[in-house]
Amino acid sequence: MSDEEDDIILSELDDEELVQQMFDDLYDGLKDEIMEAVNILLERGWAPYRVLTEALVGGMTIVGNDFRDGILFVPEVLLAANAMKGGMSILKPLLAETGAPRMGSMVIGTVKGDIHDIGKNLVAMMMEGAGFEVVDLGINNAVDAYLGAMAEHKPDILGMSALLTTTMPYMKVVIDTMKEQGIRDDYIVLVGGAPLNEEFGKAIGADAYCRDAAVAVETAKKFIARKHNQMAAG
Amino acid sequence: MSRMTIPEPDNLSDANLTAQGLRPAGNGRVLLLACGALAREILALVRLNGWDHMDLACLPAILHNHPEKITDAVRAAVDSHRANYARICVVYADCGTGGLLQAACDEMGVEMVPGPHCYAFFDGLAEFESRGEVTSFYLTDFLSRQFDAFVWRPLGLDRHPQLLEMYFGNYEKLVYLAQTDDPDLTARAEAQAARLGLAFERRFTGYGDLARVLEGWALQGTQGAPATRALQKP
Ligand code: B12
Repeated sequence: MSDEEDDIILSELDDEELVQQMFDDLYDGLKDEIMEAVNILLERGWAPYRVLTEALVGGMTIVGNDFRDGILFVPEVLLAANAMKGGMSILKPLLAETGAPRMGSMVIGTVKGDIHDIGKNLVAMMMEGAGFEVVDLGINNAVDAYLGAMAEHKPDILGMSALLTTTMPYMKVVIDTMKEQGIRDDYIVLVGGAPLNEEFGKAIGADAYCRDAAVAVETAKKFIARKHNQMAAG
Repeated sequence: MSRMTIPEPDNLSDANLTAQGLRPAGNGRVLLLACGALAREILALVRLNGWDHMDLACLPAILHNHPEKITDAVRAAVDSHRANYARICVVYADCGTGGLLQAACDEMGVEMVPGPHCYAFFDGLAEFESRGEVTSFYLTDFLSRQFDAFVWRPLGLDRHPQLLEMYFGNYEKLVYLAQTDDPDLTARAEAQAARLGLAFERRFTGYGDLARVLEGWALQGTQGAPATRALQKP
């Protein structure tokens, strides 16, 4: 950061300038600044949900796009995610109290044999940012862990992540087990991770493959809306 | 032709192999098109076995941090070298291309190395699979030398040491898969383990399945051969 930027006093910016500044600070992974700005917006009477979507999710979407386009690499994304997490830690307890919209719920985890979790964590965070309740099972999950969590939390969506060619086929093991138990169609199954592609998602019987967190959120919303329409019609 | 038909080009520095790759010497009828991380090992095997009919070209090893670019890069290189050789063999495993590299090689009628990545083929594909190690991080001779350029700096650990826990928090052990007996490389690998806060194990693999695959290709001479299949298919 340059000295010039060091001199910016966040509380002196108007709302629009402050949100712009938050985009920059998220991009630079400045957690303390993000937390300060979140508090300022709340003090100014912004609803927590508005701070989340307009400032944090808005800023993180820019980071996600630049990662997709190869402008940013993993450390920048991690730092930005950390900063957003700081902001969310303030907002999360307030969201429920203030009647923020609830979009649905998701159980997510990295599959057995794989302990890559950066992308999975990012998806979990952006889903939360979009109003989904997320249960994160962490890494190295066997079928039983997924099935147990689905039985316990009854989520709308199951999300599975894999970054290794050797672990992607395990997603099919989970989906096949769901089929055997007759519960496959009770859930929307989304899969992701860098080595996957659309064709693979189809081949293993997932509902959709999502290239990144932004697509995951869009896809989840689309499937949830479809589910509600079906329920209304049926 | 003498045994030394493949001169060691003067650009065979590790830094070049990481960032630039290697131009072929222009000798030989069979071109091995490889990842820069394998250059020294391949040249050693070629020299050891007197495979005078084999030439080597390398793509930059750092492509591994962007596996989505590997398939197109290999495709372009095969196209550009095709006219000069009777046969081209691709010395890449899947390397996180999710089957796309295999599909491209099939389409171009060239062979590639079976398996998920070089850690698996140095160890031996069957051995690697049967170990089922999940919380180990691997180094090879090349990575032991190029750790900073390949791991530490791209992951931003030079600038943001606080990210270490987010990257390696779930790992237990650094396994150095040694291709050669080199106390200096062992010491380096051990130092990297300490830096990452991981236990250290040295496992001598020699050239593993790489030697077997290259030998198979060398014996086939300039004739095309039935494709060596990747092990993993969804
Ligand atoms: C960072 C990284 C690591 C870190 C992981 C740290 C961590 N805590 O996760 C470290 C350095 C520790 C590591 C270790 C290893 N890695 Co690694 N790693 C990577 C790298 C460079 C980036 C992955 C990443 O985090 N990307 C950033 C995030 C934001 O992107 P993402 O994961 O793709 O996620 C996005 C989308 O895919 C999608 N998404 C992801 N999950 C999900 C889930 C759902 C439900 C949905 C909807 C969407 C979705 O949305 C995300 C956000 O936009 C990749 C190469 C690459 N560029 O992909 C190699 C890569 C995945 N690793 C690889 C390998 C080989 C390994 C090791 C074996 C290496 C070793 N030397 O030991 C070990 C594996 C250990 C194990 N047992 O799991 C290979 C895999 C090759 C293969 N054939 O499969 C790759 C492809 C590199 C390569 N070309 O060689 N790795």
